[in-house]
Amino acid sequence: MAAEIPRYLREGYITPEELEKYLGKLPSDERLRKRPVAIPECPQQIPCTPCKEICPVDAVSMPTPNDLPVVDYDKCVGCSLCVQICPGLAFFMMHYVGEKARITLPHELLPLPKKGEEVILLNRVGEEVGRGRVILVIPREKSKGDTPILTVEVPIELAWDVRAVRIPEGDGDE
Amino acid sequence: MRLNEHPILNFSQKRGREVTIYFEERPIKAYEGETIAMALHAAGIKVLSHSSEKHRPRGLFCAIGKCSSCLVKVNGIPNVRSCITLVEDGMRIEMQRGKEVLPKTAKPPEWKDSPKFEGDVLIIGGGPAGLMAAIHAADAGARVILIDEQPMLGGQLVKQTHKFFGKREQFAGVRGIKIAEILENEARKRENIKIFLETSAVGIFQEGDKKLVIAVRKNKELLEFWGRCIVVATGAMEKMIPFENNDLPGIYGAGAIQTLMNTYGVKPGDRVLIVGAGNVGLILAYQLIQAGVEVKAIVEAMPKVGGYFVHAAKVRRLGVPILTRHTILRAEGREKVERAIVAKLDESWRVIPGTEKVFDVDIIALAVGLRPSVELLHQAGCQLLYIRELGGHVVRRDERLETTISGIFVAGDTAGIEEATTAMLEGKIAGIAAALKCGVASPDWFKEIEKAQKDLGEFRSGPFGKHVLEGIKKVLVGGMD
Repeated sequence: MAAEIPRYLREGYITPEELEKYLGKLPSDERLRKRPVAIPECPQQIPCTPCKEICPVDAVSMPTPNDLPVVDYDKCVGCSLCVQICPGLAFFMMHYVGEKARITLPHELLPLPKKGEEVILLNRVGEEVGRGRVILVIPREKSKGDTPILTVEVPIELAWDVRAVRIPEGDGDE
Repeated sequence: MRLNEHPILNFSQKRGREVTIYFEERPIKAYEGETIAMALHAAGIKVLSHSSEKHRPRGLFCAIGKCSSCLVKVNGIPNVRSCITLVEDGMRIEMQRGKEVLPKTAKPPEWKDSPKFEGDVLIIGGGPAGLMAAIHAADAGARVILIDEQPMLGGQLVKQTHKFFGKREQFAGVRGIKIAEILENEARKRENIKIFLETSAVGIFQEGDKKLVIAVRKNKELLEFWGRCIVVATGAMEKMIPFENNDLPGIYGAGAIQTLMNTYGVKPGDRVLIVGAGNVGLILAYQLIQAGVEVKAIVEAMPKVGGYFVHAAKVRRLGVPILTRHTILRAEGREKVERAIVAKLDESWRVIPGTEKVFDVDIIALAVGLRPSVELLHQAGCQLLYIRELGGHVVRRDERLETTISGIFVAGDTAGIEEATTAMLEGKIAGIAAALKCGVASPDWFKEIEKAQKDLGEFRSGPFGKHVLEGIKKVLVGGMD
């Protein structure tokens, strides 16, 4: 049994290669340029369906509650409802605009950054990989899933790395 | 230390009137509605007693009234569980020193004077399973009595700040704290549900064709509850693992830390090591970060994350290391935790010499599993079996959750360690089945049982549920009616 353990379960984080392996093909650069697209980082069979239930265009396929969520990128309109509702905070949205990528991610920590604020970009293991700018904030009261979400503009080469942000020391209290 | 700002919780709305209690003569500020142990912890007091033989310091462990690690003397009365006893203005609290006796002046409750209450279905435990059992038994036509030893309803939902999984009709995407609120409101608005809080059930008896539950309210008043069926939904308690100095104050069950910070807004400490990367340990790590506490690492003896991957990913991207194949060797500190020493394990679970790491922490959180609280069922005479997949000793039961004693039902973690979502579905089944057994419900309710059974089957159809299903197969008895 031990030999079968997926790498992501030994390490507690997933790589884009593993995402492709378990959840199917990632969106193409062309698709990423068109409009925002939802990316579920949910490679394990768990009983959970809110993303599928909330999707207004039926872009998330999940035949039974324990199946993996598979997003039809052509159908996905980039509304971010799945990012807002996902109980595992495992949905993200990506969009390439010019030289930048816009990453939409959940942020349930204080302080909540403001639009225009510069933030520290963190990868999937919490390492600082650069700086980005917050371009959209949906606060908790307006979020469909009680979770605040941010859209952060990051250098395009960091698009597949950035999955969290931290507020630089000095602003706020943390 | 008290928490004032929190991304999810608002404590200023929750805290009651300010009062003063005295610990060893020292005045301590407290708020009405909080328990003694929480107020003391907020004032930095972690040592609550010393053991009777070796005089080792003792503090909290479970914080939900199950483990007796937090016993203190209150207004002269010893053996009071400080974690579930509410503060009162002017209360005098003393450390318990060895084995204490009841003072001569204290009068135990008289058996013959006890107030009596009667219903159809008696439900013990007001968590997700018990609340759902109460709501559904009541809707099916039963007069329900719901008792719980905590000062509030909701069981462990009241400290679950994360959003639940499952389907949206089963509250998926809703935070546990919100679910507790919804279920409590539903229970309170039903006139045929009578609720008794701060009331500990201490025995179940059969008297003719009736069932009797003996309970103690607020540590002093004896109550009798009479009914025809009982649903036992007493939850679970946290497991402990052996390591050097595992009794030092500052070593808490994961749930105790959630109670401190999420239920009562008390900062548990500054730096934490978590033992166990199951869902409880992973969720705790995230909640600690939300409360502004530094999580140094999560250690896990298994070679992989045991909980849901998505919970692990949430804390990894905030910089928390998860050390798989590691265990805790010992805790160090004088009166409370100051350090934790961990080491790597080889394939045969032996410590690899030279791999020790030292973490400077003031809290060690044990998230090493739960075991069902089956004491009352055991006392009542229900058949028990040890089922590893379900977390320990559990009762045999049929598909409607009736145990081997006619009219006694079980639901939730007491039936086997699982999730709040399945506890709610089991509560629904047990509540309806109990109402049917009492003869007060119409046979139409069988359909609702079938629907809940179908939902349970669907929830358990994945790899995580498979394990539970194997356990259930071993305890299931054929239909008994």
